[in-house]
Amino acid sequence: MPGVVHVQTTINGEDTNFLCEPRQSLLEVLRDVLGMTGTKEGCNDGNCGACTVIFDGRIVDSCLVLGVEVQGREVTTIEGLATADGLHPIQTAFLENAALQCGICTPGFIVASKGLLDEEPDADEGRVRHWLAGNLCRCTGYDKIVRAVLDAGQKMK
Amino acid sequence: MVANIVLSEVEYTHVGKRPIRPDGVDKVTGRAQYGPDITLRGLLHGKVLRSPYAHARINSIDTSQAESYPGVRAVITAQDLPFASLTKEELGAGYQALKFASNHVLAGEKVLYKGHAVAAVAAANLHVAEETAKLIKVEYEELPTVMSVLDAMKDGATLLHDDLFTSSLGETSKTASNVAAHSRFEIGDIQQGFAEADAVVEHEFQTASVHQGYIEPQNGTAFWNADGQLDVWCSTQGAFTVRAALADVLRHPVSKIKVTPMEMGGGFGGKIAIYNEPLAALLSKKSGQPVKLIMSRVEVFEASGPAAGSWMNVKIGATKNGKITACQAEFALDAGGFPGSPAASAAMCAFACYDYPNGLIDSYDVVVNKPKTAAYRAPGSPQAAFAVESVVDELCEKLGIDPIEFRLTNASKEGTRRIEGPVYRRIGLVECLEAARSHDHYQTPVDAQPNGKLRGRGVASGFWFNRGFVSSCNVTVNPDGTVGVVTGSVDLCGTRASIAQQTAEVLGIAYEDIKPSVADTDSIGYTFITGGSRTTFATGLAAINASQDIKQRMVERAAAIWEAPVEDVEYVDGVIQHKSDSELKMTFKELAQRTLTTGGSITAQCNIDPSGEGNSFAFHVVDVEVDPETGKVDVVRYTALQDCGKAVHPSYVEGQLRGRSDAGRRGAGHRMGFERRILL
Amino acid sequence: MEWIDFATPKTISEAVELLASKGDRARLMAGGTDLIVQLRGGRRSLDLVVDAKQIPELNALSYSAQNGLVLGAAVPCYKLYGDSAIAAAYPGLMDCATLIGGIQIQGRATVGGNICNSAPSGDSIPAVIVLGGVCHIAGPKGTREVATEDFCTGPGRNVLEAGEILVSVNIPAPQAHSGASYLRFIPRNEMDIAVAGVGSSVVLDASGQNFVSARISLASVAPIPVFAKDAADSLAGKPVSEAVIQEASEKAIEAATPISDMRGTIRQRNHLVGVLARRTLNNAVQRARGG
Repeated sequence: MPGVVHVQTTINGEDTNFLCEPRQSLLEVLRDVLGMTGTKEGCNDGNCGACTVIFDGRIVDSCLVLGVEVQGREVTTIEGLATADGLHPIQTAFLENAALQCGICTPGFIVASKGLLDEEPDADEGRVRHWLAGNLCRCTGYDKIVRAVLDAGQKMK
Repeated sequence: MVANIVLSEVEYTHVGKRPIRPDGVDKVTGRAQYGPDITLRGLLHGKVLRSPYAHARINSIDTSQAESYPGVRAVITAQDLPFASLTKEELGAGYQALKFASNHVLAGEKVLYKGHAVAAVAAANLHVAEETAKLIKVEYEELPTVMSVLDAMKDGATLLHDDLFTSSLGETSKTASNVAAHSRFEIGDIQQGFAEADAVVEHEFQTASVHQGYIEPQNGTAFWNADGQLDVWCSTQGAFTVRAALADVLRHPVSKIKVTPMEMGGGFGGKIAIYNEPLAALLSKKSGQPVKLIMSRVEVFEASGPAAGSWMNVKIGATKNGKITACQAEFALDAGGFPGSPAASAAMCAFACYDYPNGLIDSYDVVVNKPKTAAYRAPGSPQAAFAVESVVDELCEKLGIDPIEFRLTNASKEGTRRIEGPVYRRIGLVECLEAARSHDHYQTPVDAQPNGKLRGRGVASGFWFNRGFVSSCNVTVNPDGTVGVVTGSVDLCGTRASIAQQTAEVLGIAYEDIKPSVADTDSIGYTFITGGSRTTFATGLAAINASQDIKQRMVERAAAIWEAPVEDVEYVDGVIQHKSDSELKMTFKELAQRTLTTGGSITAQCNIDPSGEGNSFAFHVVDVEVDPETGKVDVVRYTALQDCGKAVHPSYVEGQLRGRSDAGRRGAGHRMGFERRILL
Repeated sequence: MEWIDFATPKTISEAVELLASKGDRARLMAGGTDLIVQLRGGRRSLDLVVDAKQIPELNALSYSAQNGLVLGAAVPCYKLYGDSAIAAAYPGLMDCATLIGGIQIQGRATVGGNICNSAPSGDSIPAVIVLGGVCHIAGPKGTREVATEDFCTGPGRNVLEAGEILVSVNIPAPQAHSGASYLRFIPRNEMDIAVAGVGSSVVLDASGQNFVSARISLASVAPIPVFAKDAADSLAGKPVSEAVIQEASEKAIEAATPISDMRGTIRQRNHLVGVLARRTLNNAVQRARGG
């Protein structure tokens, strides 16, 4: 197929390769090419954060990264957080704090929170709210999400 | 900071606790399957061509370029809908309803709003579908637009439908109109009432349409099999309502349609109507392959239904002691391109918090050139509350009466009759008002700020009916003692948990042993939508009733096993025991383990349509801070008090109050503008 | 989205050649946070997207007290505020780097891209203008420099000619007793487009009591980010006082030619320019005094 690109990359620690068109976003590649539907589409223009992944150590909106750009790089998605030993502390904290209702924003929030807490487990409420400003939730009013993230931070120290 | 006020003194084992929701792990790991996540072999992607005009006649549609483009497997227009080949005579009284339903799916002779679906394309490549939809050539003839209810109601206004007549107080108008319906609610004598008032306040208000803003776009996937079986997967608040709507607009038997509700990323009332599902079905029928359609964010805002905008006029009179003597209001709500706004609901909710002798409310359902409006959290009530509570606010200022005292003086109570007829049974408005009055928030004065910012406090009350409607529930005792609870209620935000809690409570077994699930339309009895705060109530009641039957059947099974009379056996706290012989005793698990060899599974079923209304009342207190130089508004303190009855799962009740307060705050920031007129 | 091809040049000349050969059917992409949205929304049509991020000069980020800041056009915002020396030297630049979008956007978006996108509302542009930033351009005819205030020519348009790319924005080392600040008004707290934005920088004398010079720039109130030269020049030599700052702020309004649109009205925007000019001048003075 002319113009289709073969990309080799690392996703959740595993060597992965795929074919994609340059116009396909990383979000599309994850969901439609690789079948990893944990990362969600909400707006496709960088406003809602539901598509948040970690790309070379920084949280980004995967709808605004082209699939071809991850060649040789590292991506972490929601699917990479839990292990055979159990859930990630952030995931547990979200459950214990009832920090989700419909759950569609949840993977984005959890991955975005990981980006913060991996570096600053002691982040205070103001810092948490500022960091997560790029993640929208229409159900919870955010309060329980913030509690969950602060809770997880304490467990990740 | 959460500090609930719990007035109930009854302690339950599971109800009132905060267990982890059963679907939680899937949601935090990304494994939960939402509508857009489904994938099927041979899946095609669909894209819609939409009108760039708010009002136009369609003179022609040429799909030839799109149809012949490599990779395109099907193209549809309104001609592919059954309505296109049915006559008025064939359809009789159902003609207009089908016309509106069909034209909403794909525009017929006219487009009625920018974003109105005109045609759709299916291709294996999503981007090819998107680009080839643009190759469909539509000839439009632009028409004048009607964008507000006031313009729509003027004499000589451009009509959206030349066959829409006003249904008003039992009569139908002779001339076509943009007003689809006029309702009137009346009690006592309004003139007398205002004559007795010492103070009267009257204002006009307008609110814009506000979209529900669910993060997950509207979506639908369909496969029309060669044998005529149509399978649909979608994010919806009601699989059965989707099935009915599809059967109607596709003229396809309900028995040949199966709708599987997927997990849903937010609905708030906006995911009840069908948009993508019929398009996916028709594209699938034409192509022979499954088709998935997901709206883009722009399409969601342009083409799916927001909350109705409104024009309102509210007038309230009261004595100098704060007793309301008369309430009068006019509400005109915009239905969008097709009739069906919650105008009547706005009228019924408007003064529901007050007990008053004289009232007159006129409400109008009006079409305008905007997308067909949809429900949004207590549809009609927030619009009406904005108007009524603003007038009450000013009346209190005029009379020099504290806003909570005023409301207590006039509060609806058990026995108060709402203007449209129902009489309240036990309700909790007074409790909310009293709790607010003694709450730290209300007791704390609003401080002036040293940094030059201004602070102010506002309060408002609100109401919603909370009716039951139809639910169905199947309960099965598994051989290991766990219990499967199957319902038709889509779980938006924790109802699987609340239903599991109620089931566990009745059966006296562990919450973790309950396995709640949501079934497709082939696998459970008819269940109405998840919406209107009815699910924990109605579906919960179905689960409770079915569980009571389970207990009875466990008793009967044990009696059979022990060869004892049924009346000698009882079920107590999850244990089935003989009333007098203490040797004869089995736990729920022990009996369950024996079911398959003693007559088969123990199951029970309940279909229910509970009568009565929950009647939920709320009172909110908000302190805001305004930067007088820039106009920036910040909410500095918000206390929401709502009569919730017994909170089955307090965390999710808190979540509901928190989430909706947040949405209301955001709506207030953006939508309201009003004129002021004061009389007396 | 229409079909696009994607190229990853490793040198400036490779990139220039690709862009020159395709004219307006090709465009350079850094973070993509504007470009991808435009392509998806049909507001831009291209055959070729050229990746800026594999060219060493566009990834350069260096600061010294003598030579100032070299900010490669492909350097994402987070690298600016993640560098403590740069953050300490240019608080005015930090003001805008931390408010473009949110953290996810700042993980990709670049100041260089913000400037080349040339939106009248571009939050980094007034900040870079008042810091005296100079755009270093490379193209088929060689290299040239353009002061940032001269870079934008209209909404979405700038001085780059066919085949030219922005290599870096170079910001002079901060002078002694200088400070800068950028503020914008949005109805929310984050994640919004400026209704109006103002960047101000000041140089004070050694006593900190008098203005030596100032620069003021406005966002979202004209077809391009405005360089309010007259208002800023009016401060030279004047003592630092509330009245002097107020006068200059009102003069800044004269440089604004806003329109009314869904984000704000003319009256509101003019008013905000005055308020934000006053606030940023005060902030800049405070930073210049070491506060």
